[in-house]
Amino acid sequence: MTPPPIVVRVKQKRIAELVSSGKRLDGRGLTAYREIQVEVGVIERAEGSARVRLGKTEVMAGIKIETGQPFPDVPNQGVLTVNAELVPLASPTFEPGPPNENAVELARIVDRGIRESKAIELEKLCVEPGKKVFIVFIDVYVLNHDGNLIDASAMAALAALLNTKMFNYELEGGEIKIKPGYTPLPIRNHPIAVTFAKINDKLIVDPWLEEEQVMDARLTMTLDKDGKICAIQKGGYGYFTTQQILEAAKIAREKTEELRKVLVKG
Amino acid sequence: MLNIPKRKTEKKRLNVLQKKPEKLIDKDDMRLDGRKLNELRPTKIEVGVLGNADGSAYIEQGKNKILAAVYGPKEVHPRHLARPDRAVLRCRYHMAPFSVDERKSPAPSRREVELSKVIREALEPSIFVEYYPRTSIDIFIEVLQADGGTRCAGITTASLALADAGIPMRDLVAACASGKVDGHLVLDLMDVEDKAGEADVPLALMPNLNAVTLLQMDGSLTIEEFEKAVNLALDGCKQLYTLQKEALKSKYVAVKEALDE
Repeated sequence: MTPPPIVVRVKQKRIAELVSSGKRLDGRGLTAYREIQVEVGVIERAEGSARVRLGKTEVMAGIKIETGQPFPDVPNQGVLTVNAELVPLASPTFEPGPPNENAVELARIVDRGIRESKAIELEKLCVEPGKKVFIVFIDVYVLNHDGNLIDASAMAALAALLNTKMFNYELEGGEIKIKPGYTPLPIRNHPIAVTFAKINDKLIVDPWLEEEQVMDARLTMTLDKDGKICAIQKGGYGYFTTQQILEAAKIAREKTEELRKVLVKG
Repeated sequence: MLNIPKRKTEKKRLNVLQKKPEKLIDKDDMRLDGRKLNELRPTKIEVGVLGNADGSAYIEQGKNKILAAVYGPKEVHPRHLARPDRAVLRCRYHMAPFSVDERKSPAPSRREVELSKVIREALEPSIFVEYYPRTSIDIFIEVLQADGGTRCAGITTASLALADAGIPMRDLVAACASGKVDGHLVLDLMDVEDKAGEADVPLALMPNLNAVTLLQMDGSLTIEEFEKAVNLALDGCKQLYTLQKEALKSKYVAVKEALDE
């Protein structure tokens, strides 16, 4: 992780003091999200896509679907693959090259939420058991980094999945023949991630960049549409007490309900 | 680096495939290896097992066999990574190719990259990094044989290796997972339980400070179940903490006895 820039170090005390008195530099409440904007279908070439703006943080997710072989242990299920790119144009701290540990972690948190909530009906993506299945590639593309990439990426991935259309096909001698028309990708659950930062022993939701740079630790909870927890990830160099963890779980349940209304229409 | 799905290989494994059993927990709440729901696997810990490392430790927790070594505090290479106000902590969690049923490529997988990061972040709160500016402390965790819960056993072991290296620490870090298997909350999941179970909650704790330094979860739990799972894991961590202290003491008691003779 990059060390906090000197400017933020100077602000550190101010940010921490404000949080202690229940306030934040940008005027939000401790558990308030920044403004969320979701646009879907922004890339016509992709089977599904979405662009999410969370304050100034901007993330795009694109879905591509290809055919391939299933995993041997689940021969009748499609395959889900999540990748995240911290594109260099998104931040002066992002560098070109293969995904670093932050990108890998981001992709795996998004992946875990979708996989563990069984959001995609993978068993419906089997063409020929053991031989041919559909592979759903979710590529998360960070376009502007202003903090809380995890929640923005999870939202973009879900919005893109809900927007994904698959081509109709029929099997002819083991080969896929594309037929006209599309059907939506079968989605049965909606995992939503809520990320907390711990500053001065207080929990805040949706940390923006400067808060992330001074936070002690980070905690992400992903909840499904029934309010069950399906994934958790702690990050950062600090720690949480048990009480803080249980408090976070309760806040996460409220927040995911709120976010679900924004993301999932109807 | 995409996660291209693994192609089916023609090679047949020589050792017998472990089939998922019908039931993981029998009607008397007994688990496949004869453990109770809230029981840890038999655990053996040894400190100071490697000659070259500044600190080292070895754990056998059930079928897990894991080595950890610490080098440092030492000069940082490459130099530009050095920090003027504290030591940098580096961590590599790695699985040996022969540690699992199907040979694992020795190249670091995305899973290992993520685990190296979360393990580092689980251990860092315990270390007074500000005592050693411009240096690095390198932690290496090698999983020689894996049977579920290796990240936690890795943390438990690495924390002892840090202590063995004489690095000033706030507390030892002990780690243990709990989870949900066949509808029951259980402690210290082994591989079959992890794979076939409903949820897995790895947790690391500095027991004297009530500080949770690692928390992950996958699966599906209600908030009430999650709370119980956390408490179960905390209990497991405290048991391991006792074993850690015993292991640490027994090395230095042996050293003292050797000196006295």
